[in-house]
Amino acid sequence: MEKNTNNIVLRFMTCGSVDDGKSTVIGRLLFDTKTILTDTLSQIEKTSKKKGMTEVDLSLITDGLQAEREQGITIDVAYRYFSTGKRKYIIADAPGHEQYTRNMVTAASTAQLAIILIDARKGILTQTKRHTYLAKLLGIKHVIVAVNKMDLIQYDEEKYKSICENYKEFEKNILPLNSPININFLPISALKGDMIVDRGNSMDWYKGATLLQLLEDLDTSEDIKESSLRFPVQYVCRPRESANKELHDFRAFMGRIESGLLKVNDKVKVLPSGHESSIKEIRIGEQLIKEAISEQSVTVSLVDEIDVSRGDMLVHHDDSVGAIKNFTAMVCWFAEESLSPNRTYLIMHTTQTSKAKISSINYKVNIQTLDSELVNELKTNDIANISFKLAQPLIVDSYNKNRSTGAFIIIDESTFHTVGAGMIQLLD
Amino acid sequence: MKKLLSHLDWLESEAIHIMREVAGQCSNPVLLFSGGKDSLCLLRVAEKAFRPGRFPFPMMHIDTGHNYPEVINFRDKKINDLGERLIVASLEDSMKKGSIVLKSNDEPRNKYQSITLLEAIEEHDFDCCIGGARRDEEKARAKERIMSFRDEFGQWDPKNQRPELWDLYNAKVHKGENIRAFPISNWTEMDVWQYIEREKLELPNIYFAHQREIVRRDNSIVPVTNVTPVRENELVEKIMVRFRTVGDITCTAPVESDADTVEKIILETASTSISERGATRLDDQVSEASMEQRKKEGYF
Ligand SMILES: Nc1nc2c(ncn2[C@@H]2O[C@H](COP(=O)(O)OP(=O)(O)OP(=O)(O)O)[C@@H](O)[C@H]2O)c(=O)[nH]1
Ligand SMILES: [Mg+2]
Repeated sequence: MEKNTNNIVLRFMTCGSVDDGKSTVIGRLLFDTKTILTDTLSQIEKTSKKKGMTEVDLSLITDGLQAEREQGITIDVAYRYFSTGKRKYIIADAPGHEQYTRNMVTAASTAQLAIILIDARKGILTQTKRHTYLAKLLGIKHVIVAVNKMDLIQYDEEKYKSICENYKEFEKNILPLNSPININFLPISALKGDMIVDRGNSMDWYKGATLLQLLEDLDTSEDIKESSLRFPVQYVCRPRESANKELHDFRAFMGRIESGLLKVNDKVKVLPSGHESSIKEIRIGEQLIKEAISEQSVTVSLVDEIDVSRGDMLVHHDDSVGAIKNFTAMVCWFAEESLSPNRTYLIMHTTQTSKAKISSINYKVNIQTLDSELVNELKTNDIANISFKLAQPLIVDSYNKNRSTGAFIIIDESTFHTVGAGMIQLLD
Repeated sequence: MKKLLSHLDWLESEAIHIMREVAGQCSNPVLLFSGGKDSLCLLRVAEKAFRPGRFPFPMMHIDTGHNYPEVINFRDKKINDLGERLIVASLEDSMKKGSIVLKSNDEPRNKYQSITLLEAIEEHDFDCCIGGARRDEEKARAKERIMSFRDEFGQWDPKNQRPELWDLYNAKVHKGENIRAFPISNWTEMDVWQYIEREKLELPNIYFAHQREIVRRDNSIVPVTNVTPVRENELVEKIMVRFRTVGDITCTAPVESDADTVEKIILETASTSISERGATRLDDQVSEASMEQRKKEGYF
């Protein structure tokens, strides 16, 4: 473990078909970076023995639920952490089973990079295609294709190369075509530890970087293209009752900069009302700062007394973005009950919630063939293009331009369950 | 090249965002506060989230009655300095009412905390409890959502969690149901100590190396106290120890250490080979799934 305090966070996930070795890769990364401590390891050794295994089963590091250990599969996302001195990594281990696709989507929504595992014996499977599609759909910009279990094909370079070629071939045709991704390939054995942290001695023919090296060297600086200010108001601060008389008229707006840069004296407008003012102060707690950058949670006060409440959005005064009541989005449906065009749902977007009706289900993506199909309802794990009509106007951007203001979740009005998630597509 | 936040700033900003979502979405939240290091980080995050205003929630301590007096004194002083409100819900009250029946008087009380917690939630009508649990602590916690739904009986259903995408947190519940919100889910023990150092947070002094009377029992160091007395044939030693977690005396063990400053603790944390719970929680070792089980029953 490193004690650097200036690490940059990198969030990544593993995906791929059942048993391709997603959990094992993560276990191996943690093990070889000495992140697994002895007591955890001895517990895992004990459990592996109990299951009659001769080697330590590293997938047990992330498969923490009783049901997962019984069945030897991943059911829900596990989050794990390690640091190297350069980066703090937040890893999401996603399940490969089709039945748990929604949990894979959950992991993908916050990942910057996806490691797609392929079993070297099996090559590209439907689930490999599906996860590649989902990773792209969810806006992941970096993919590492790791051909795993090389030990089981005698570390055969030719087979590795042909899997890579096949992958490149089908990836070209996977929508959304307009979101180019940066792809790296490498051969690994998660079980033996080849090319994860150490190179091992079985694949001298491979001259590229190890998995850890690829992660360490990844350049994410170009990921955020959107530079327009988006500041959704989460909470209004009115410390009226405070003993401090000076604070009697203090009113400030709390939230996180979702994109762009906010500086003191910037001219801003409040949406949807359109009222304009300028920034008087920016603070974090009691400390005043001059400017706030993307992802920073701050408290902002304005020069003028204008009406602002939770759900409003601050943008720069000359921004042309407006509030809209109709949009089209790609939706992943999670619930057991099918999506019904006759019902009203709640849409939660940034800090705003609105009632919504389905105007039309335009098409469903056949996840086997990736073709479009016409349907009238959506079932669990379906992905479809849907047009919505909202009761309240929302300030939205296209998901491919802005992951925060382009995303929403769908909530069932009566059960309050999260039943779906959507990525907005605006025509520009 | 875009400016990026350092990992501590990023984690802090995420935690502030989560707390403000609780404040914005829930009608009657509470922050669970033990006086321990994780909940002290939560309080600092709450200050950054809500000052110069008041916290939009009270603090609540689930008191097992088995505490180190230093921690309780520290707890009271801290809340007083902040000028915020503390609710103490105590296991002893549940025992008087008859809702907790101990098998024996020296039985570890941690698992009974859920009962008192659920009673307090009902009494005060809380719709959300903010807790300081971290995913790196334990394998069941590693699976839990940041805003974790609990049913009327406080139960967690690990196989059927609400999907939680991006940072859109669905905190909607019906009456009687409850959200547990964990703003520092993504922090590790190291992050916590680095944050304590950076923010110059004060801690109860039992976190720092000090002389203490202990006995060695089944691979653990057990402090000698009135609720954990010496057993027959045990040898009492006086050694330098510190606590990595604080909680109910009967299930929290210290580790041998000379680290008497935050800086030294960070160095020790960087080179330790034993996890926080493995070293110090006598209650998690009982069975491999004990945390998952406790969470299913309403635990934090
Ligand atoms: N021989 C060999 N076996 C491997 C390798 N990687 C993983 N395995 C084995 O493959 C099996 C499945 O591994 P997991 O890591 O659980 O697979 P997974 O992709 O996480 O599976 P799900 O999460 O259930 O989709 C286990 O028995 C592993 O030990 C490898 O590189 N070589
Ligand atoms: Mg797995």
